Amino acid sequence: MNWIYSPWPWYVSGPMIAFVMFLLLMVGKNFGMSSNLKTMCTICGAGTKADFFKLDWRTQKWNLTVVIGGFIGGFIAANFMTPDAAVAITPETISDLQNLGFSSAGRAYLPTELFETSALLDFKTLAILIIGGLLVGFGARYAGGCTSGHAISGLSNLQLPSLIAVVGFFIGGLVMIHLLYPLIFA
Amino acid sequence: MRTIVYLFIGILFGITMFKSEAASWFRIYEMFKFDAFHMYGIIGSALVIGVITIQLIKKFDIKSFYGETIHFYPKTRSASRYLIGGIIFGLGWALAGACPGPMFTLIGAGFAPILVVIAAAILGTFLYGILKDKLPH
Repeated sequence: MNWIYSPWPWYVSGPMIAFVMFLLLMVGKNFGMSSNLKTMCTICGAGTKADFFKLDWRTQKWNLTVVIGGFIGGFIAANFMTPDAAVAITPETISDLQNLGFSSAGRAYLPTELFETSALLDFKTLAILIIGGLLVGFGARYAGGCTSGHAISGLSNLQLPSLIAVVGFFIGGLVMIHLLYPLIFA
Repeated sequence: MRTIVYLFIGILFGITMFKSEAASWFRIYEMFKFDAFHMYGIIGSALVIGVITIQLIKKFDIKSFYGETIHFYPKTRSASRYLIGGIIFGLGWALAGACPGPMFTLIGAGFAPILVVIAAAILGTFLYGILKDKLPH
């Protein structure tokens, strides 16, 4: 049973993600998570503000159901399958993060400095979470997809636009971590 | 009945995201630092199997479980929107340490502050919809 309780290695996780994509194709759908954010805008009434959101959200109910499943999966995995959630990142990463003020590196699943409920009382932390979310939501829709839609579905289908998007994901990520993090967290 | 199937697929996805640690902010940071193979192994192996799977589906014209043809939609041709949008997404992915799928897994795992990230991501999507016509595509 150890394989359930310890973190899954990449050669189990990657094939599982491909399997999820395969299952969605086999039920006549596509693997992509960020379109749910658009659907949620539509449900909240965004269709009155922009034509982009004028769609019948009921046609997207299947994808919202996948998201609810993702939520339940997170609950099951965190509560029943993970006795120790600490993520074993490399010693180099741990020391880098400690220099940036993340003492929870190597001892938690998410940095407590950003994701402990009390952290929301800190203005800077709140700003980081809000700006991070805004960029993810805006960028995913602008690029027409996120990690699942482009890096997995699109690249699996050998789509050049998805390759361009993934190169963009990496440019953005590298700029954030290598150039902006020292300014934000120092 | 189909709803149960979608729910099951989502649960499988959520468990995979959490157990693979792809939902961990720390793993995303480590990936962009090139300190470990873990995330590259996950995305790389998913891709290799994904490419083979899709090619086989196309080659043998494999039908869905419901007997329908499986459609693949080509992405519209453009470079600017994918590059600029991609860079903006990457900045947020590295800052919040979460992409849209894992975000929902993380609420289930009990990290309440991720709700702030999700609300902001919905707002970001809304802003794109409002500004869409003024942006280069």
